[in-house]
Amino acid sequence: MLHLPVLRWGQPYESLDIDQVVHFATGEPIAKVSRANGGLIQRDARKAPRARAVLREFSIDDLITRVGNAGDFYMNATLPMGDRTQTPDEFVRAQSASTGLPERLARANMQKNAFVLTEMRNILASLTRGLSFDILSRGHGEERGVPLSYQVQSPVVGLVLPSNSPGVHTLWLPIIPLQVGLVLKPGPQEPWTPFRMTEAFFQAGIPREAVSIYPGEGDVGAAVLENCGRTMIFGGTPTVDRYRGNPKVQAHGPGFSKIVIGDDQVDRWERHLDVMVDSVFANSGRGCINASGIWASRHTRDIAEAIARRFAAVRPLPPEHADASLAAFTVPGVADAISTSIDADLQTPGVTDVTSKHRDNEPRLVKQGRADYLLPTVVHCDSPEAAIARKEYMFPFVTVVECPEAKMIDAIGPTLVCSAITCNTELRRKLLDAVNIDRLNLGPVRTTQLNWLQPHEGNLIDFLFRARAFQTAEL
Amino acid sequence: MREVIDWHFDPASGCPFWLEFAQKSGWDPRREIRTFTDLKRFGEFQDEWLRGGPVQRWIPKGLAGEPVFVFETGGTTGVPKTRVACDDFRIDYELFSTTLPDEYFPKGSNWLMLGPSGPRRLRLAVEHLAQYRGGICFCVDLDPRWVIKLIKKGWSEHLQAYKDHVIDQAVTILRAGHDIRCMFTTPKLLEALAVRLESMGTTIRQAGITGIFSGGTEFTPQWNRFAHEELLDGAYMTPTYGNTLMGLAASAPSGPHNQYKIAYYAPQPRAVIEVVEFDDQNRLVDYGQTGRVKLTTLTKEFFMPGFLERDEGEREPACDRFAWDGISGVRPYRGFASTTTVGVY
Repeated sequence: MLHLPVLRWGQPYESLDIDQVVHFATGEPIAKVSRANGGLIQRDARKAPRARAVLREFSIDDLITRVGNAGDFYMNATLPMGDRTQTPDEFVRAQSASTGLPERLARANMQKNAFVLTEMRNILASLTRGLSFDILSRGHGEERGVPLSYQVQSPVVGLVLPSNSPGVHTLWLPIIPLQVGLVLKPGPQEPWTPFRMTEAFFQAGIPREAVSIYPGEGDVGAAVLENCGRTMIFGGTPTVDRYRGNPKVQAHGPGFSKIVIGDDQVDRWERHLDVMVDSVFANSGRGCINASGIWASRHTRDIAEAIARRFAAVRPLPPEHADASLAAFTVPGVADAISTSIDADLQTPGVTDVTSKHRDNEPRLVKQGRADYLLPTVVHCDSPEAAIARKEYMFPFVTVVECPEAKMIDAIGPTLVCSAITCNTELRRKLLDAVNIDRLNLGPVRTTQLNWLQPHEGNLIDFLFRARAFQTAEL
Repeated sequence: MREVIDWHFDPASGCPFWLEFAQKSGWDPRREIRTFTDLKRFGEFQDEWLRGGPVQRWIPKGLAGEPVFVFETGGTTGVPKTRVACDDFRIDYELFSTTLPDEYFPKGSNWLMLGPSGPRRLRLAVEHLAQYRGGICFCVDLDPRWVIKLIKKGWSEHLQAYKDHVIDQAVTILRAGHDIRCMFTTPKLLEALAVRLESMGTTIRQAGITGIFSGGTEFTPQWNRFAHEELLDGAYMTPTYGNTLMGLAASAPSGPHNQYKIAYYAPQPRAVIEVVEFDDQNRLVDYGQTGRVKLTTLTKEFFMPGFLERDEGEREPACDRFAWDGISGVRPYRGFASTTTVGVY
């Protein structure tokens, strides 16, 4: 069976502790994975400065070219995968098999990662606001007659990655070209992307000493956080709350993304139905950028009914099926718990499951062997006070909430992506000023439609570098 | 075993708890418990019996007037479990002493106790072990309940600061010229100490340590190998498994020859470890199979039959050094694992 080792600054290390990655539906073992222990990371952290040092032997320009080439290897090459090799098709099948993600969506995520690698020069130019890369490399310089200095805050970035959303990998791809090393802790069910991407980097000439991969359990994640000066972590609301305000940690969690429709446009809501449906349904609703709420002051029942009708025919399909669109829940009990939680919220007056009647009251929860699925669910809320109006789940789930426009911005709460369908100048101004909104789209833009030249949940450059004063004098 | 049963259920020598137990249950253990298997009649020893007072109900009348220690286990939240002791901790560690190779734990050498202090048996037991072997024990303060609170609260900076504070004390003692050769520590603190010493250009071995005994459920074969290959610099380390209620189980030799597998053997006849079915504590699992740890302690100071520990593992056969069953692969019991916070030990 395929074995994935620990990778200690590029060198494989076979652990005595082995975990198995299994097929989500059959339980059949797919791979053995060496499990790291926290002490390995603590000890290896002594060599973290070396990771940056080897990357600084290349210019950022050169590294951008190399990661662009890595994108090609990632998409098209047969690459080492542990003690074997893996074709792109085998990669897609493996990722789908362990995560329950349809192969079609796994391929789409692959394309997304490759796109980011290919467009790296433009992405970094945007994130740095056009700063000369030499200033980041050298640490100081001058532009438009102004002395500038940027100090990197850690020689490596730690990543505590999830199992259930392969799309998040785009966030760490720009780190290597910024001459900063990577310490990756893969999600237990999704070791595939970190290993394949790392091998693609190596094939493209990125030094092996720049990357470590530590599969493992909670103690490994804790050790990554403890030993890296900067870490991105992915988790639920408690994880995000725990690290809020910690400059060393960028926590990514639920997005609570929303579409809000202004009073000036709501009577024409049908024109925007595709935008709403796609925002909820894309990538099986797993992303933080999927809309979990649609807010308007009127026509909300009609909107909910229309979306529910679109979702009514959706059923689980085999992952290799060309039309498969629903991802499976692979952790036992999670789908049951979510469905039970929704049912509990439906007891609240003014809260209605609009989808069930369009499915002839077929249960939301579908069990197929070891895998569970939740069918798309649309819930109507008479008022923003309903608790379910602020919930997000990892499947196509949306609440359509009736709320007066004047209360809407405050009532929606924290919102990663807000697509506001309105031409009302005053409302647009308030939306621009709203600090509870991160990414703002004005107009009928799908919440899942990302412009890669824009920062996501904080600018990576601000996370990795500190702008500071710097002066020199002749000696 | 018969002697211990007679002692604990004789109205002249037994403790109030067991005498009352026998009175209420309506049977006389002195007559009906003939073999170890008969101990099943007591059923499962209830965790709650050890929480709260008066602790005197556990003191055998036969030991009246003896100085009594009380040791605690657990207690991060709520009332900890308590065990009374007079000499048990000394006897247990004197027995354990016979398993330590003099080559690495030289008689007369000084010790560092780099582990939990406060109301724990381990603190005094290690000090006694050092004294019994002719040495003196240096100690640090370490409150594991605070460590677990820091972990639960997510105060990682405080946690790191506290760990640094403990390691600072250890390094200071090791560099103070006391000729310390032996040490008890936990896996996490051993890692931290080794990394700190390495950052100072030295190692555990170069700091003078030749022998370490350590313990904890993080003691996996992988961690054992990692420690031997990357932390110890040739110092000898012996894993142990134990707690306040049982005593100390030594381990059979491990290393590359057996993939660093660690098998523990209880200090029979004073304490017995059984590996039992998860759903039937009266049935042993087969050798090599997984089950829950069931402890029985049989000393004149403390009788505890059939206590289900919060750990699980695989049943091991007897080996050259120990003529009775052992256990390997000890880890938190799956039924509790998600709620168990492993702090520093």
